[in-house]
Amino acid sequence: MSKLKLATVWLDGCSGCHMSFLDMDERLLELAEIVDVVYSPLVDTKKFPDEVDITLVEGAVASVDDEKKIRKIRDHSKTLVAMGDCAITGNVPSMRNPIGPEAILDRAYIQNASAQAQIPCVVVPKLLRVVRPIHEFVKVDVFLPGCPPSADTFHTALTALINGGPLDIPALTRFGA
Amino acid sequence: MSQTITIDPVTRLEGHGKITIQLSAQGEVEAAHFHVTQVRGFERFSEGRPFYEMPSLMARICGICPVSHLIASAKACEAIMSVRIPHTAAQLRRMLNLAQMVQSHALSFFYLASPDLLLGMEADPNVRNILGVAAAKPELGRAGVGLRRFGQTIIELLGDKRVHPGWVVPGGVTEPLSPAKRDKILAMIPEAYANVALALGAYKQIAGAFKEEIEVFASFPTNYLSLINEDESIEFTDGTLRLVDSTGSIIEDGITAARFSEAMGEAVEPYSYTKFAYYKPLGYPAGSYRVGPLARLNIVKAMGTPRAEAELAEFKQLAPGLVESSFHYHHARLVEMLYGIEKIEEILADPRILGKHVRATAGVNRLEGAGQAEAPRGTLHHHYKVDDNGKITWANLVIATGQNNNAMNLGVLQAARHYVKNGKFTEGILNRVEAVVRTFDPCLSCSSHAAGQMPLEISLVSADGEVVDRVVRD
Ligand code: SF4
Repeated sequence: MSKLKLATVWLDGCSGCHMSFLDMDERLLELAEIVDVVYSPLVDTKKFPDEVDITLVEGAVASVDDEKKIRKIRDHSKTLVAMGDCAITGNVPSMRNPIGPEAILDRAYIQNASAQAQIPCVVVPKLLRVVRPIHEFVKVDVFLPGCPPSADTFHTALTALINGGPLDIPALTRFGA
Repeated sequence: MSQTITIDPVTRLEGHGKITIQLSAQGEVEAAHFHVTQVRGFERFSEGRPFYEMPSLMARICGICPVSHLIASAKACEAIMSVRIPHTAAQLRRMLNLAQMVQSHALSFFYLASPDLLLGMEADPNVRNILGVAAAKPELGRAGVGLRRFGQTIIELLGDKRVHPGWVVPGGVTEPLSPAKRDKILAMIPEAYANVALALGAYKQIAGAFKEEIEVFASFPTNYLSLINEDESIEFTDGTLRLVDSTGSIIEDGITAARFSEAMGEAVEPYSYTKFAYYKPLGYPAGSYRVGPLARLNIVKAMGTPRAEAELAEFKQLAPGLVESSFHYHHARLVEMLYGIEKIEEILADPRILGKHVRATAGVNRLEGAGQAEAPRGTLHHHYKVDDNGKITWANLVIATGQNNNAMNLGVLQAARHYVKNGKFTEGILNRVEAVVRTFDPCLSCSSHAAGQMPLEISLVSADGEVVDRVVRD
């Protein structure tokens, strides 16, 4: 039997959810015996594969690129997991919503700059007006709350998803955990 | 007609970035840029929030070095409160910061960079990752996992959580250290020494195979900045900043957090959401400088712990003057990991570490405060203003990656010029250009972040529209 394909994706988050995923430590090496990590910031694949069994997504949707990406990921993933509070609620990145991108950019690149003040616009993607959680764009199959969810949570949830066993999320984790 | 090579996303990096390389009609590299594509707005949306919330909010800038943000932020708050924190709290935080340095360096060296170093720049991209390393060199793979676990477990023991512990607060920490937890940390130290020794030995054996990379991976003179103690030994948590020039002569010494914004400015380039820090008296870009492990080891005269001291002496032999190639960041990281383990052991040997006074309290006694610390990847600066009620009215952060931004961009250009000839390049060459950025261990969620990751498909089109070369990485 060929190995299950696992992907991890990082949208607008702090990478803390990915760090907690890595906190499985040696258990991650064991996991690698039964799944292939086919796409992730940790591996060198540049293109999202056509068919992925389980995709974990960290972070909210904040830029036009994030939006394009989450749609593409949904199309090519059997099970999509919103990992962490930013992906599920918008959490920290959405704190900019009442302020709007113009004021955010103005503060960082005009007011708090001492030379060549300007708003970057070359190659860098445009920000969305409002940062939103991923289920507002695509269907999410599993919500794994926590800021971040613990390594134990990842291990238990992934084991259940891989083996098709029952998964009692409220018993594992909560928002802000 | 000119052409552009785009590497998107740059992988095995802490965050989202792209690299573009512009070629002339003759296929020679004319320019190259490293783009950071996320912006988050912490400086603005923290306004109106109570200052004592800042450490735990600002830690959410980055899940890799949240501890550095916790500490720099808490120190800025303590400047506003005008308090000095208890000795035990200062030592506990120092230990927390060192634990984070060890785990973050382990991430950078083993999880992100070692696939290039141990499997080769040209290795199959499908296995060129930490799992590939663990399969090919199980001992080293496990050493890397072990060193990261060492740092993260100390953070968890001290702060109850591996990522985003709530333990560091303005005034100190919330809980003292128990003897049981101290003993648990001490019990992990022998394994950590063995793992770092294994890594140092393996690195020194292979480094010789990277002569060409050493010459062109951001190998040029720059200024350097880092914290340093009065006795000129390495410092991550207290001390003051020293800026030296490319020969090691001091440009300015004793830069306190309060003086930082007078000395350092930030410029904006249109192609990156990360700003470019520089020393104001020299202007931009002449006043650019490097920070992080390479800068620290170039600046300090001593480590202050015996094993790391011997390694520092060896490190300083790598070049006649200062060690200029960013490739040597990898080596510097290993030396600092060893230092971190030794220093943690030393801190725990002092019985005062179990002291019960770990938090000072005060209200708003000043309307402005700044704090600084060494993050694993370099100097971090937080600066806040508050109103009489302690509500934040303004905030500015200068992070490590912004201070390395100019050198990273010049380094990408240097490597691209060296490897891309007549418009020809291979996957392995593009990986080398990415590997230049990896040496700096930039943290892009710290410096801003969030781009779409598109397939990498590079087409070189000649002036008459004919595709002359094409590489697809997937
Ligand atoms: S949920 Fe928390 S840990 Fe995860 S990306 Fe968001 S802020 Fe970071």
